[in-house]
Amino acid sequence: MRPDPDGGAPPLAIEVNDLTVAYREQPVLWDVDVSFRQGALTAIVGPNGAGKTTLIRAILGLVPLAAGMVRILGRAPEDARTEVAYVPQRGSVDWDFPTSVLDLVLMGTYGRLGWFRRPGAAERDRAGEALEKVGMEAFAERQISQLSGGQQQRVFLARALVQDARIYLMDEPFQGVDARTETAIVEVLRELRARGNTVIVVHHALQTVAEYFDEVVLLNVRRIASGPVEEAFTDENLRLAYGGRVPFLRSAG
Amino acid sequence: MNGVHLEIQLLAAVVAVACALPGVFLVLRRMALMSDAISHSILLGIVLGFFWVGDLGHPLLILAATATGVLTVALVELLHGTRRVKEDAAIALVFPALFSIAVILIAQRAGGVHLDVDAVLLGEIAFAPFRRFEWNGLDLGPRSLWVMGGILALNLLAIGLFYKELKLSTFDAGLAASLGFSPVLVHYGFMTLVSVTAVGAFDAVGSILVVALMIAPPAAAWLLTDRLPVMLALSGLIAAVSAIAGFHVAIAFDASIAGSMAGMTGVAFVGAFALAPERGLVAQWQRRARQRVEFAGLMLSIHLLNHEGGARAEVENRVEHLSEHLRWSPDFARRVVRRAERDGLVVREGRDRLLLTPLGREAARHGMVQAPPAR
Repeated sequence: MRPDPDGGAPPLAIEVNDLTVAYREQPVLWDVDVSFRQGALTAIVGPNGAGKTTLIRAILGLVPLAAGMVRILGRAPEDARTEVAYVPQRGSVDWDFPTSVLDLVLMGTYGRLGWFRRPGAAERDRAGEALEKVGMEAFAERQISQLSGGQQQRVFLARALVQDARIYLMDEPFQGVDARTETAIVEVLRELRARGNTVIVVHHALQTVAEYFDEVVLLNVRRIASGPVEEAFTDENLRLAYGGRVPFLRSAG
Repeated sequence: MNGVHLEIQLLAAVVAVACALPGVFLVLRRMALMSDAISHSILLGIVLGFFWVGDLGHPLLILAATATGVLTVALVELLHGTRRVKEDAAIALVFPALFSIAVILIAQRAGGVHLDVDAVLLGEIAFAPFRRFEWNGLDLGPRSLWVMGGILALNLLAIGLFYKELKLSTFDAGLAASLGFSPVLVHYGFMTLVSVTAVGAFDAVGSILVVALMIAPPAAAWLLTDRLPVMLALSGLIAAVSAIAGFHVAIAFDASIAGSMAGMTGVAFVGAFALAPERGLVAQWQRRARQRVEFAGLMLSIHLLNHEGGARAEVENRVEHLSEHLRWSPDFARRVVRRAERDGLVVREGRDRLLLTPLGREAARHGMVQAPPAR
């Protein structure tokens, strides 16, 4: 672990140094330095193509890094796998897959089970609890193709909850969901924070950033700004991140 | 029915089930066409192996052919990975190249040997009982039954042991990777399984019909269930029944056994496609027709509500006027009214005057503010 310059402060949840990711020589993220504080709700915002999803996937080790380094809780990412839960965009899977809601949530327990071992009664109980937390317990035996978009998102969230991780990375959990789901997700995020977990969310709706989140990272291929929402989420930084097409300005909202 | 026929049927069923099990994951992974590629390119492995050891029954042949199958997958992914070629084009480029080399080699050097084009395309399951597996002079049955039985056992074992890993990496490769289950490892392990199975089945049913046995039973099973374990079991069952039925069809019509087996898997699929309880065509038509009548019942309620107590209610709310005002055929109007009566939305007064029930009134009001449920 790195020496801690602040003395007693907890180590960072995630530290990203000089991260560059490129697809076919085309940089998607350029030399990004950013750190995520433990126990905070952090939003990653930026225009389409800003590399928000890529940043999350790079942290998870799902895309090759052209340069740079990622540390999770002061460790190399492959040594911190069980500390991190990932909620991908819900369009990333085939919802016609022949399985039930409970079974999908149980997939979140596979990481701790490791190879060969099957989920048992204890895992099923935890999956049931997680479904209750997101208000989907009545749907446990339902085929996943019968869910609405918001219900799919809540099931994905439940799957992340059973991973029992310290850090949660979520890719646009609020995208296209109903009001009830949005409330349910926000409640879960706050509960996670109250228990000392770190939550990092790729977020689209700029008008809710200040309401939902403690910290924000503005991204557009480069890191534009990051820090507590009051400091980093300014009109000027939004202009820098979004160019001329700022969909929302603080002073106007 | 004689012993030879029994042995052929047993072999046919074993081959079909062994193909259908990995086929389930091929279909779920949207890689059905990869089975076509593998089943063709393994011929190159068989030919090269044959030149090497000079014996078509040698175990090394299976090894060489399996390796060619996995090589096909790797080459397709390499080509696709350059992003200059789409995946389907990559498949169509790779396997004909390997297959054509094999065909040329057979024509050039294996003239006298029984590696002929018919056997390659259709297999020779009818001759399988003549190649016996003997041990210390003891006849233990057809050799291909042992080979295929071993491959079936391998498939059952692998899918049983790695069920959770296969399911996870098939459904959500991103999560599998982030949880530390290498999807690449699972993928190549699985493709090795598919290759071994294709090699074993090749001998019995040839390179083209392997595809039917791998894809049709799972595709049919997927229409019948939405649980993966049930889908696996149903695929196996459909495969076995199709294989045995195919044998009897072939005997009855003096046709190719392998061709009839594959044909019966097609029949099973068409049957499921038409008759599956929820996803079949018939069920879909019935559901649409029912929804049309239900929606019409709602329209009827709204129509009655609008004219309730009005001056023209006497005229508007008669069954025979519905066809005129709502432009329904008399037959359809009668069906709608019957349905609405059964649902308790309307009651008939006298011979054909319709009155809304309180329930019907509520449904009409509710229906006007809310769009009908989308289905």
